[in-house]
Amino acid sequence: MKYVDEFRDGKVARSLAQTIAAEVRPERRYHLMEFCGGHTHAISRYGLRDLLPPEIRFIHGPGCPVCVLPIGRIDSAIELARDHGVILCSYGDTLRVPASERMSLLRAKAEGADIRMVYSSADALKIARDNPEREVVFFAIGFETTTPPTAVALRQARTEGLKNFSVFANHVLTPSAIQNILESPEVRELGTIPLDGFIGPSHVSTIIGSRPYEFFAEEFQKPVVIAGFEPLDVLQSVLMLVRQLNEGRAEVENQFSRAVTREGNLKAQALVAEVFELRDRFEWRGLGEVPYSALRIREAYRDLDAEVRFDLPYRSVPDHKACECGTILRGLKQPQDCKVFGTVCTPDNPLGSCMVSAEGACAAYYTYGQFKGSAEVAEAS
Amino acid sequence: MCLAIPVKVIELLEAEQALVDVGGVRKEVDVSLVDGVQAGDYVILHVGFAINRLDETEAQKTLAMLREMGVQPEAAA
Amino acid sequence: MSANPKPLKHGYIRPLDLKHGKVEMSHGGGGRAMAQLIDELFQQAFDNPWLRQANDQALLTRPEGRIVMATDSHVVSPLFFPGGDIGSLSVHGTINDVATSGARPLWLSAGFILEEGFPLADLKRIVDSMATAAEKARVPIVTGDTKVVERGKGDGVFINTTGVGVVPDGIEISGDRARPGDRILVSGYLGDHGVAIMSLRENLSFSTNIVSDSAALHDLIAAMLQAAPDIHCLRDPTRGGLASTLNEIARQSGVGMAIREEDIPIREEVDAACELLGLDPLYVANEGKVVAICPAASADALLAAMHLHPLGLDAAIIGEVIEDSHGFVQMETSFGGRRNVDWLSGEQLPRIC
Repeated sequence: MKYVDEFRDGKVARSLAQTIAAEVRPERRYHLMEFCGGHTHAISRYGLRDLLPPEIRFIHGPGCPVCVLPIGRIDSAIELARDHGVILCSYGDTLRVPASERMSLLRAKAEGADIRMVYSSADALKIARDNPEREVVFFAIGFETTTPPTAVALRQARTEGLKNFSVFANHVLTPSAIQNILESPEVRELGTIPLDGFIGPSHVSTIIGSRPYEFFAEEFQKPVVIAGFEPLDVLQSVLMLVRQLNEGRAEVENQFSRAVTREGNLKAQALVAEVFELRDRFEWRGLGEVPYSALRIREAYRDLDAEVRFDLPYRSVPDHKACECGTILRGLKQPQDCKVFGTVCTPDNPLGSCMVSAEGACAAYYTYGQFKGSAEVAEAS
Repeated sequence: MCLAIPVKVIELLEAEQALVDVGGVRKEVDVSLVDGVQAGDYVILHVGFAINRLDETEAQKTLAMLREMGVQPEAAA
Repeated sequence: MSANPKPLKHGYIRPLDLKHGKVEMSHGGGGRAMAQLIDELFQQAFDNPWLRQANDQALLTRPEGRIVMATDSHVVSPLFFPGGDIGSLSVHGTINDVATSGARPLWLSAGFILEEGFPLADLKRIVDSMATAAEKARVPIVTGDTKVVERGKGDGVFINTTGVGVVPDGIEISGDRARPGDRILVSGYLGDHGVAIMSLRENLSFSTNIVSDSAALHDLIAAMLQAAPDIHCLRDPTRGGLASTLNEIARQSGVGMAIREEDIPIREEVDAACELLGLDPLYVANEGKVVAICPAASADALLAAMHLHPLGLDAAIIGEVIEDSHGFVQMETSFGGRRNVDWLSGEQLPRIC
């Protein structure tokens, strides 16, 4: 695969790792938040921790839209399918997320709700066209990368005059999440979580550009490197962050220059702005209410908004009492700090979303960390 | 998040769709989010949509930098 | 008129309409309609001395050796896919279950649950495919059963096949026999079947050159046992893929495993298709591959024997069994890093994230 395989070259990886090892200062630690679930996955899948010196420590951020989706929103999706008899179209990731009453979309499907997995919003549109007598709802989730495809579907539904299609929108915004973490008291004032820099999400940035991060770098004096998802991209970005930190710089650098520009994809941004607007606030699982962090469908397209069409009430549902996903998502705790990690809460029986999504900190750690043996990993932390 | 992969545009189709190829697998995708896509271009594919073009020059630059960055001062001697 | 060359018998008024006819409730009713379905469709296709007797059972001669029995039910959707169909899959699948014990498969049974309204033309296609597969494998279908359920209560057709075979003395193959130091081999490219199936599923449309690898493995396995009679474990990595099979055996044997990513044969297109969907090829189903675990000393001879067989051309040694009470399957990535290859929790679903 072109532009993929070259960025997975093991030999280059090993020599990059050696350079990183040579440049880290042994007296300090480099706490790097990899915001995005895709990076968590890449680090686990390629065993990058094994290559990197112990001075580098990764903190998993809340960049997993499945992980931060509040239970109440999944309950609403289940309600749509079960009680309103719609065909609910959902991405695969969301199907297993645990909701209230031990329910999930997958369980609801087993009980007879018409819930269908789709790979694309275009598939949901097709289902609507093919089933004119049924209401079809597209369960939209994701950060800025996934929002434009939803916007395209909404505009297309409008153009075609599709009467039976609507969207249940749960799109969230990256900069707001980053800000929320940086402004949490532990980070800002107390310095409890040493958070030195960010490995920024690349695909989100193809849409929003590198500009939005400049504020954080400036205001909070933390370097940001926008990193591609291939292992060499991640390693190069780590090296760039190490260098910034060693040199006392706090800039936005773009490692994924092959698809990210400062301005981003203006056409996609414009389309999103045409269809969506900011919500005042939105509940993030684990982070609580975060202002201006999510999108809802604009007035002009509101007839295609499932929340309006089906008059969905929103119930805020607290997490399981023992669940530490909130603190883990903020980088305040590690999975092994959670009392139920690996005992009651496992990938087979996830209590919180950190465990249900393969990108979640707990799921990734369960797979990776257990095998290492907890003592070894604790030492490396 | 955002599983996305660089794919090569093989052919433009009607209704702002294109046939793309990655590693021998072909798929029809939506290219309405990226202006001026041509056959032969590389685009980033996410959930059935091209979300941006891949700049091949930049890609080559990055690869060159990667190889260079990876060389230790001692090893280069 | 049907293409049935035999004269109508038993007072059937007209031959089955195998082009446009549909399965009806009467076909499962035990009466004349069912007898005709069996005669003109199943018997025609599977024809052998046992079926010709038209009894409810097959009378078999007791073979020499230890008897092995295996059963599989097939619910695959879509019914027809590149490289096979539910019919050939059901024959190959059970032959393989029998053969991975080291047994020579001798006989198969086939039970059908048909949905009312299912096209007879499709049923004929499936049955003919089973007949071809059974004949090629030289394993006859000696007895069977047919039931019909009401429209809406079945997915077109469900098939159960049961197989009986015999294991010669001196062969001891079982999932709990893997020992530290043993080598782990696979017979060829992984992930073909799962990707071929997914290419047809409604929501995932892409055209690849990938066809299902569905095949009967008993000949290959016989050749493998010739070269290495001391093979410890054999299993075909079907649902859940290589990863699930290795985890199962690790748990059964109380050992761990260390495999190398670079040595695992996966086609570029399968890799690309999995990338597109966010799937891990290690968890994708195979229907014509076998995993073998043998003592280190026999590994080279085993590999050589596999390479000589058409179904083992791309066989490879991918790792070894190690001491590990946790039963972890570790993989050395192409980077030299290590990652765990864990059990699947539930079905692997395509990701966007």
